[in-house]
Amino acid sequence: MTTDEIPRIFPLGNGALTVEFGRDLSVSLNESAIALANYFDANPFAGYIESAPAYASTTIFFDVPLVRRSCPDYQTAFDAVKHMVESILPMCDIATTVEGRHVEIPVRFTEVAGPDLSIVAEFSGLTEQKVVDLFLSVDYRVYMIGFLPGFPYMGEVDERIAIPRKTSPRLRVPKGSIGIGGRQTGIYPFDSPGGWQIIGRTDLYLFDPVKRNPCLLEAGDTVRFVNIDG
Amino acid sequence: MSLVLVKEGIFNTVQDLGREGFRRFGVNPAGTMDRAATRLINILLGNDENEAVLELHFPSGEIHFESDATLALGGGDFSPAIDLEPISNWRVVSVTKKSTLRFTSKLKGERTYLAVKGGFKIDQWLGSKCTNLAAAVGGVDGRRLRLGDRIEFSSETGHDRVKKRPSVSTSLIPHYSRFPTVRILAGAEFDCLTDQSQETLFDGTFVVSKNSDRMGFRLQGERLSLHSPIEMLSAAACFGTIQLLPDGQVIVLMADHQTSGGYPRIAHVIERDLPLLAQLAPNDKVAFHQVGIVEAEALLLEFERDLQLLKAGVELSNG
Repeated sequence: MTTDEIPRIFPLGNGALTVEFGRDLSVSLNESAIALANYFDANPFAGYIESAPAYASTTIFFDVPLVRRSCPDYQTAFDAVKHMVESILPMCDIATTVEGRHVEIPVRFTEVAGPDLSIVAEFSGLTEQKVVDLFLSVDYRVYMIGFLPGFPYMGEVDERIAIPRKTSPRLRVPKGSIGIGGRQTGIYPFDSPGGWQIIGRTDLYLFDPVKRNPCLLEAGDTVRFVNIDG
Repeated sequence: MSLVLVKEGIFNTVQDLGREGFRRFGVNPAGTMDRAATRLINILLGNDENEAVLELHFPSGEIHFESDATLALGGGDFSPAIDLEPISNWRVVSVTKKSTLRFTSKLKGERTYLAVKGGFKIDQWLGSKCTNLAAAVGGVDGRRLRLGDRIEFSSETGHDRVKKRPSVSTSLIPHYSRFPTVRILAGAEFDCLTDQSQETLFDGTFVVSKNSDRMGFRLQGERLSLHSPIEMLSAAACFGTIQLLPDGQVIVLMADHQTSGGYPRIAHVIERDLPLLAQLAPNDKVAFHQVGIVEAEALLLEFERDLQLLKAGVELSNG
């Protein structure tokens, strides 16, 4: 396997394979990842379990015995699924991307809701108000959902306020907290340990287990934060 | 038709084979740590192999049966007894109303499993009965079992009238050990390890650290290093993924792992050997042996065939 093969396809253990479109943070690589996952969700093969799109890759999970039974000509289930991926990839590249939704998220930027706002201000040499203004000035793309149920990885945060994660994570970040980690921003769906710099909080439920579709956001959506106090 | 936890255990949860299909929403599959044990005892009872079981750590507390029941235990051996009568793992056992299941000492392994014939009556969340502790849903209120928790059996549970009682043949039981060699597949970033670190991974001995739980096992051993640092974007990870942490130590992701991770994926424990790892306790040791994807799949299919044989045997004996 050569590493400059694009996309690179490799086993993730013996029940999944990852299709890596690239190694950079880019909207078009992310669109390819989402398109491939959507393709297999809409056109599952025998033994298909699910696809997990990430920043620039998609991982396809499958049931080895079922794939082997339906594709007896291949030496491994990995080879069979890899072949399926390679045959549909050209179609995915030209696939019209599904238009993500635009979601507004109301945020409070108080001292209690955003305990790290002062740290971000100090880091950037700006006032807290200016930090908030810069944070609110952009639309953010949801690249992927991961880490915790419903946790959106979003980008890109203005370079001036792109503060690195804390060196030692907090043991408890309250539910709804909005954090910055470099050029990324995310929202904690539950109370959880976490290392991102917390600048505000929303009352929206990012993950609601009783709903049929429990996630507020999906990969490909666009988010705009709104200051409800200002 | 129920059981009650009359003495609380240290860490008991309802699990099944996991919640598939929602990784893209960040919902990790969770499910049982020792999938082989879970499947074997369910099959033994004639249950769907994905039926919920109780995953018990030691000390496991005491379980009181409020009705007749047919059960099977498997996985770790905590020297189980019904009232004062010792019973064995990997066998179908009938108990009468008002019996109490206790576990006297931990002889082998770290987790034992209890299944009842017909299964547990537990609401499914996203298609599974298993407990997701991160989201606090599934199982019993999304949490560990507490003193007084009562779990109903599905209606078809009852006393087993079958004369012939199947058991799991020893060849099917995983070879649990306090120092197993588990087989691994190279991961996407395996080639980024220095030659010496690649050798260390295969020749070294790793110790399961105290910071190990259902999410992951941190292993202590000689530190591993990369040729040069690599910038990684977060991508999917799975049960058995071995990640290299910034301090040179490794972590093996276990059943409650996060759906994604951003650390180099140096290897993956093959599915066949995950139960050996799942039964390790802090201070136990592990060594790794590399196999290729062809062998990993062959080992998996071999076990699947044996499970099908057991299933056929159980069906025959149940008439």
